[in-house]
Amino acid sequence: MAQFAALLRKDNQPVRYLVVDDSVFARKNLIKMIEMFGGEVAGEAGDGLTAIAEFNRTKPDVVLMDITMPQMEGIEAVERIVRQHADARIVMVSSVGYQENILAALQKGAKHFVQKPVKPEVLYEILRYVLSDDPNAVGAPAVLAGEQRS
Amino acid sequence: MRMELIQPFINAADAVFAESLQGPTSIGDLSMEEEAYRRKGIAALIAIKGDIEGRVILDLSPEVAVKVAGKLTGAEVAESEQVIRETVCELANMVIGNSVTLLNDQGFHFKVFPPEIHVNDEGFAGTQDTEAMVLSIETSCGPIFLNIAMHYLHRRRAERASVPALD
Repeated sequence: MAQFAALLRKDNQPVRYLVVDDSVFARKNLIKMIEMFGGEVAGEAGDGLTAIAEFNRTKPDVVLMDITMPQMEGIEAVERIVRQHADARIVMVSSVGYQENILAALQKGAKHFVQKPVKPEVLYEILRYVLSDDPNAVGAPAVLAGEQRS
Repeated sequence: MRMELIQPFINAADAVFAESLQGPTSIGDLSMEEEAYRRKGIAALIAIKGDIEGRVILDLSPEVAVKVAGKLTGAEVAESEQVIRETVCELANMVIGNSVTLLNDQGFHFKVFPPEIHVNDEGFAGTQDTEAMVLSIETSCGPIFLNIAMHYLHRRRAERASVPALD
């Protein structure tokens, strides 16, 4: 199993994630990775509407958001969350990764996109980038406090 | 059967199974079938409508589904109908999502319908236009079967033929 330096907030606390996917398996898989990265699950949701309510309740640092979901799809949920919380960090996680979908999500305010099946090392690098709050920090050491986990 | 429509599904399935099940895969025998589809285990059917139309059936035994569930969650999973259904749907979603990405970036536009669990022993016969390709992919959890029937929408096919119309 790959080892990852813990991704921490600037106050050295674990990053808190909201995991949104209608598939229980997909959520469990993402939660497993979040734990590998030293993070904490603030909440889970199985559709866009619940995601908005959970975002307001838990105020997570990062949202991992599926696109195709019942009731309300991920891209609409992104738009509604970002309208109220312009600084929300949302990463789209979907098996459908064609350009129109990615562009639509980014235009609505998502910060990044990762295609399923998710590779831990890919998600880790995306989270490092998204959490850095600095678009110029791509590929640079994380701005966040990080330490090698044993 | 147009292989350029089938190949993205085979490539996506192979890649998705190798990555999500963390093990080697190999593609087994391929065959063309026009007769009604016979279910091998529990199957998810996904319909596609648009520039290309058809359906993909992903089919696996309950024993394989439970092993797949364990790989996806990283923990031992007890067999239940719910677990098996969720597993088949999740695998089907990933395969279709990745295939659709490849086809969409080639300029095809279509709608993908959510997976339906297929519980009848047989059904969904191929037609002259939609004879199905059936193949098995050997994975670290056991064989997973794909049944793919896909064709160009007639309008799109006519555009491709680009024969000038005569008055």
